[in-house]
Amino acid sequence: MQLKELLIRDAVQAKLDLRTRDEVIQMSGEMLVAAGAVEPRYAKAMKQVMDDLGPYCVIAPGIALLHARPEDGVIRSCLSLITLRKPIEFGHSSNDPVDLAFALGALNKKSHISALAELAGFLSNADFLRVLRNSADTPALQTSLFSFIEKGK
Amino acid sequence: MVIATLCGMGFGTSMMLKLFIDDILKAEGIKAETNPWDLGSFKGNKADIVVAPVDMEPHLRDYPAKIVLIKNLVDKQEIKEKVLGALRELS
Repeated sequence: MQLKELLIRDAVQAKLDLRTRDEVIQMSGEMLVAAGAVEPRYAKAMKQVMDDLGPYCVIAPGIALLHARPEDGVIRSCLSLITLRKPIEFGHSSNDPVDLAFALGALNKKSHISALAELAGFLSNADFLRVLRNSADTPALQTSLFSFIEKGK
Repeated sequence: MVIATLCGMGFGTSMMLKLFIDDILKAEGIKAETNPWDLGSFKGNKADIVVAPVDMEPHLRDYPAKIVLIKNLVDKQEIKEKVLGALRELS
């Protein structure tokens, strides 16, 4: 599975006015539910992971990668992205505040791995992060994100 | 040499870490086995080096391995310096 297949276009939303970590988790869950990719209980499971294990899912400065388990209601492997108008504290020791929040749903432990490898490569690319952060609205973000991925650089 | 990468689930963050570390080891010509784990399943397993997100530190105190904590999990330079440093210490 490639990143462009994992990423759900309608679940890529820019500059949302959300105020708390839990609102970000809830919104991410709702977008993936609307796409038919997860069951409604998936958002609660993502929140539980954060509550149980701490804010480690803030994987880099400003970037959160939320996820729960396949058995928490994943229908198909999927990835969403929210960019935030105002960055939010997730409670991480060095990577707060968060302004880019990905949410991953994995159908099993393997199918999404090549897409995840692509994503990891993009997230270490400053140009990619600039494109995400500079996209002013949802259509612009969807267009620039998918075209960046398509070009593979 | 066995390197374990950890996260809460064993296939998200830990898998990304594994992929970065495998690239680094390959580039350096170092042979080591890198396995992603979720924190719960890992306990009781053996590894020479455990690489984990920095905020997982409270869960890893007293673990009998060299613990490497990463702040920016997509920063290849940070991962490279810390993992190679740990490998040097153990060799």
